[in-house]
Amino acid sequence: MTGMQKDQGPDAVFAAKLAEGVFEIQKCNGCGAHVFHPRVICPACGSADLGWVAPTGRGTIYARTIVRRKPERGGDYNVVLVDLEEGVRMMARVDGIAHDEIAAGLQVSASIAEGANGEPAVVFRPERGAS
Amino acid sequence: MSLRGKAAIVGAALAGCGEAHGKSAMEITVEAVHGALTDAGVSLGDVDAIATCQPLDMLSGLTLAQELGLNPKFTMNNRMGGSSFLSHTLWAAMLLELRLADTVLICYGSNQRTASGKLMTALGLPTYEAPYKPLFPLSSYALAADRHMTQFGTTREQLADVAVAARAWAQKNPEAFIRDPLTREDVIASRLVSDPLRVRDCCLVTDGGGAIVMRRAEAAKDHPKPPVYLLGGGEGTTHRDISEMPDLTVTGAAQSGASAMGMAGVKPADIDVVQLYDAFTINVILFLEDLGFCKKGEGGAFVENGGIAPGGHLPVNTNGGGLSCVHPGMYGIFTLVEAVRQLRGEAGDRQIAGAELALAHGNGGVLSSQVTNILGTESTL
Ligand SMILES: [Zn+2]
Repeated sequence: MTGMQKDQGPDAVFAAKLAEGVFEIQKCNGCGAHVFHPRVICPACGSADLGWVAPTGRGTIYARTIVRRKPERGGDYNVVLVDLEEGVRMMARVDGIAHDEIAAGLQVSASIAEGANGEPAVVFRPERGAS
Repeated sequence: MSLRGKAAIVGAALAGCGEAHGKSAMEITVEAVHGALTDAGVSLGDVDAIATCQPLDMLSGLTLAQELGLNPKFTMNNRMGGSSFLSHTLWAAMLLELRLADTVLICYGSNQRTASGKLMTALGLPTYEAPYKPLFPLSSYALAADRHMTQFGTTREQLADVAVAARAWAQKNPEAFIRDPLTREDVIASRLVSDPLRVRDCCLVTDGGGAIVMRRAEAAKDHPKPPVYLLGGGEGTTHRDISEMPDLTVTGAAQSGASAMGMAGVKPADIDVVQLYDAFTINVILFLEDLGFCKKGEGGAFVENGGIAPGGHLPVNTNGGGLSCVHPGMYGIFTLVEAVRQLRGEAGDRQIAGAELALAHGNGGVLSSQVTNILGTESTL
């Protein structure tokens, strides 16, 4: 039974899990690669046999930008790329730290909070004990 | 079998650059087409293949056929963003070489400045980026710039020097949209938009259009102007969304440049003049590295202190580029038109003496699609 034969596509499965407070990424049963964003076939080997696994949630900032916005329109916010321990990268934001203290190499961990449009979204906070 | 030198650009023109009040994107496009056909000495009815893509019209190839009153043998609407037109030249060369078409028209136009005042795009934010509200496309390039600075120590000043060089070239080009003096300090003092990129790191928002006409090399000398031969071309597509780019410091230009230069049988040191799609200052640094004009990580030093400005060690974006000349959204066609002008010796005060080999390079999406063309005069065949 492969992913292609199930009811929902991987985008919908991911979104449904997230709505239930569960952050999972795909893992290829063909080659073992982790996969994000959710896909129908593994970009590493082409297998359609992708399962869902919980990542550790730990990651490292790869790049960051601060979008500059007037205070009356909500003020500045950060946008980052995070490399998860599983070897996949995702866009996110980092909460709980001043924007200008976020830099490549910062260790972060995932949680689920609200995205820009009120939707559930994966966000990160600095790892406790990390600088 | 190689496409090297098999096809040539025999006509080129711009239209509506800067502000084209009261004109639609397609009207600007057709003005450029009329100019290019006149330049080529080709009548409209001889055009038997067309290529375009437009900011908002997903079926712009069909609209173009309609506006020109043509029923082309081939209508190319391939769309990879601002790089599209440099891919169209490759498809044109294939059609010409296979004798599936005899005269190919490639064109673009946009009225984004007078119609909306900002980048006009049919694109929305990607599903897995939308929750974080990156500015499209600016924040994607900002992330690439941030990573380049982190990994290689590229400096804020070096980014600024790309914009300063573009302005210095624009001051030599009467058709450039902004020709006021610009210093490194001006760039660094300009408004921060998405760190580390500031307003003066960003391309202009203008109207404008461009068109070229291509024919087989054997027929190319039957036209009024010296032919500009397509010696090589190549593409690279590494991702669509910036969060999926494998390495933010290495673009598909590494592949497209190697393919194009391999086909042409040239190396970076042979190139006399370079036209790069400079949507943002970081683009120029990335592309100079990936195309082999300097080593990876050394692009900042390469552009520093006038390295690519008039009198520097490599003339880059001699029209003033998207940063200072014209940027109506999908800039690729303008790299081709400026390369043609340089190789014909038509570039006035900004002419590179004796230019025989030019590189034109287009970027599409968010560093996603990279397409390189090598163009040369008859002496390079
Ligand atoms: Zn796999």
